[in-house]
Amino acid sequence: MDNRVPAVSMRNITKTFGPVVANDKVWLDIYRGEILALLGENGSGKTTLMNMLSGIYFPDEGSISIDGKEVVIRSPKDAFSLGIGMIHQHFKLVDVLSAAENIVLGLKDQGRLNMDKVNKQVKEICDAYGFDVDPSQKIYDMSVSQKQTVEIIKVLYRGADILILDEPTAVLTPQETEKLFAVLRNMRNAGKAIVIITHKMNEVEELSDRVAVLRHGQFIGDMLTKTTNAQEMTNMMVGHPVTLNIKRPEPVNPVKRIEVKNLTVRNVEGIVKLDDVSFTANGGEILGIAGISGCGQKELLEAIAGLQPTESGSICYINDDGTEEELIGKDPLDIAKLGVSLSFVPEDRLGMGLVGNMDLADNMMLRSFRKGRSIFTDRKSPKKLAETVVDELEVSTPGISTPVRRLSGGNVQKVLIGREIASAPTVLLTAYAVRGLDINSSYTIYDLINKQKAAGVAVIYVGEDLDVLLELADRILVLCGGKVSGIIPGRGAKKEDVGMMMTRLGGKEDNE
Amino acid sequence: MNNKSRGPLVHIVKRGNIPWYKSWLIRGASIVIALIVCAVVTTLLTGENPIQIYATMFKGAFGTPRKIWILLQNLSLLLCISLALTPAFKMRFWNIGGEGQVLIGGLATAACMILLGDKIPNWALIIIMVIAAMVAGAVWGGIPAFFKAKWNTNETLFTLMMNYVAIQLVAFFVIVWEVPKGAGKIGIINQSTMAGWLPQIGNYKYLLNIIIVALITIGMYVYLNYSKHGYEISVVGESERTARYVGIKVERVIVRTMLLSGALCGVAGLLLVGGTDHTITTTIAGGRGYTAIMVAWLANFNPFIMIFASLLLVFLSRGSAEISTIFGLNHSFADILTGIILFFIIGSEFFVKYKLSFRKSAKKEAK
Repeated sequence: MDNRVPAVSMRNITKTFGPVVANDKVWLDIYRGEILALLGENGSGKTTLMNMLSGIYFPDEGSISIDGKEVVIRSPKDAFSLGIGMIHQHFKLVDVLSAAENIVLGLKDQGRLNMDKVNKQVKEICDAYGFDVDPSQKIYDMSVSQKQTVEIIKVLYRGADILILDEPTAVLTPQETEKLFAVLRNMRNAGKAIVIITHKMNEVEELSDRVAVLRHGQFIGDMLTKTTNAQEMTNMMVGHPVTLNIKRPEPVNPVKRIEVKNLTVRNVEGIVKLDDVSFTANGGEILGIAGISGCGQKELLEAIAGLQPTESGSICYINDDGTEEELIGKDPLDIAKLGVSLSFVPEDRLGMGLVGNMDLADNMMLRSFRKGRSIFTDRKSPKKLAETVVDELEVSTPGISTPVRRLSGGNVQKVLIGREIASAPTVLLTAYAVRGLDINSSYTIYDLINKQKAAGVAVIYVGEDLDVLLELADRILVLCGGKVSGIIPGRGAKKEDVGMMMTRLGGKEDNE
Repeated sequence: MNNKSRGPLVHIVKRGNIPWYKSWLIRGASIVIALIVCAVVTTLLTGENPIQIYATMFKGAFGTPRKIWILLQNLSLLLCISLALTPAFKMRFWNIGGEGQVLIGGLATAACMILLGDKIPNWALIIIMVIAAMVAGAVWGGIPAFFKAKWNTNETLFTLMMNYVAIQLVAFFVIVWEVPKGAGKIGIINQSTMAGWLPQIGNYKYLLNIIIVALITIGMYVYLNYSKHGYEISVVGESERTARYVGIKVERVIVRTMLLSGALCGVAGLLLVGGTDHTITTTIAGGRGYTAIMVAWLANFNPFIMIFASLLLVFLSRGSAEISTIFGLNHSFADILTGIILFFIIGSEFFVKYKLSFRKSAKKEAK
């Protein structure tokens, strides 16, 4: 491209896991003073490629050079000594230690540990790049974005000047994302090489200087961000043109379906997770729920599904003929016995919605195995359902007798949603339905949800990507610390306003 | 970077699905290697001819019809306990209390035989014995399950402790019922009248035991794989949260499954006391409650494969007992051989799941 020496150049990198080729002769150059966005669908090998750079995996073939010199990276320690640091999607911090303690954890310095010195150095890094973290604060007291900041400082403290961030914004609010981007720009200007893995096109366009695209483990191409656009990048990722519009049909005669009144929930530790929450959800409408993660979204859905003990309030299910059923105090089986067809796509797909070690057919059976009087299970209809789901939702799987944990995230989600909508629900609860899914799978899921809405289902959609929420939902309920910060119409809602409501009740800015 | 460090020498790679014959080839190879290692160890430590030792082991286990019957009888008892533990293990409920549940089932059987023997018709006595043994085992298994379901106590410790309680109870009643007074043991119960002895089919002393256990094996396979209960057990074992999510009452499943597990252990106690030994001692279970755990795991909880796993373990123990008497070797030596063989068999599972991939072109780089 030009004659700068790349900070990292990966040549012909190949990595296989059993029969799966995760990376196939990939070439990639990373330059200093530049932010590179690494794009690709789920399972296209982005994380694998970066894991080889950070010493977690070792490539089967190919070579890696740092500043033009060929190197061997056998362990994360080797990677650190070469100045490569990776911030993973899942934080690797010790909760009971302070930020500074986590930062020095595992480092072998000469002599005694001098916490004062460490604190001072951490402070210096913070000041240099504009981080906002108290080195002596304990991790368990921190918000998600603060924890992420600690992870970033951790790699900087170790002298990293090549930083890799794996989907860093998945857990952040818009405001926090802005802050992170500012910090990343500072680091770029200080001459560091930065790689960011993300699925969000708007972030790529806003932040990155250059884009590299992987598809099915192969390197497709790279280009300057300025010279491309979301449509082109998506087409490269997917391999064929896709339309990037989320439909939002007008709700067809919405009827009141679920009425939640003054709901208060405490979790096991006795902390109030939902505080006096009231709203209604209508059939034929998508009610979006926005909020920083951990603001009671999980408890809200689980309370409706009969999985979360509640303290006070009521959750009423309204039948077509206007009669009401109280759902509080009933477990999922009781609710099903009432004739309420309620489907729930939980956040933790393999830990709650499905059984990872069971195959597709057995997972379909989770909802239906009780049917019939026989003491034996009916194996035929779940098999048929599994085949239908695989066909209709285009699940890519070797067969219906494959354990679902072997499927990729998008396919796992299709199996789960497929099963949940197969029972023709009147209420569909979804939590982070597209988390971790690539753009293609995400649009499939949006389509499915829209179809349910058109069929008159009351959809409650908990989401984290505000852009999507604003395009998809008919009404948006914003939660802030377990309280309802506001309910606004989805059409015409502004991202900034919703973001503000997520952090402050009612969303009004304090004028200082 | 010097040329010596070209990446790790070996890395462990997860295999995809491998064909069944390949996995059995690996397992077979592990047994062959185990036998070779055992042979080397034998020659080095004792100077005996290893081939002869193996032949003696084989003879000890299968040498005469009588030895084969004893082998089958031991196999059926071990298998019975393994099958009893399986539903609990499938539910990830670590029932280490098989030993105690068997003992208490045996104690209940013995109590019926001693207290009711010759007082009621024999058929009625046997029915009462069956019920008593199953109820006793079920109670012994149900107590830890109830505490687990209600207060989430640790079932491993709880069931283990219940074993000691059972042993002490048996020790107490042995003194209460000792014959003759002061002997410290019960001896053969109802030796003259044979009241409460399980009936003998034809001339085959152990055939009834074997048939009962064969039926339990088939029943357990069907129960685990085709019944709604079996499905619930798998779901609870894999993920309690998923189970709750689909409305399975986890507590109820735990207690129900452990009642079944305990009751079947009770049946093993019944077969042991009523069908085979006709007496009760604190050591009558002979550690089978623990060995059965290994059988269940070795067979990956498949009842039919458990037949072979118990055969292997019974063969090893019968065979090694034989070599210690014939060659005048210490019994521990037989245990060493058993240990080596088991080590290789269990270790082979690693190679079924993973393969080692060595650094490629190591030679090329040396040039």
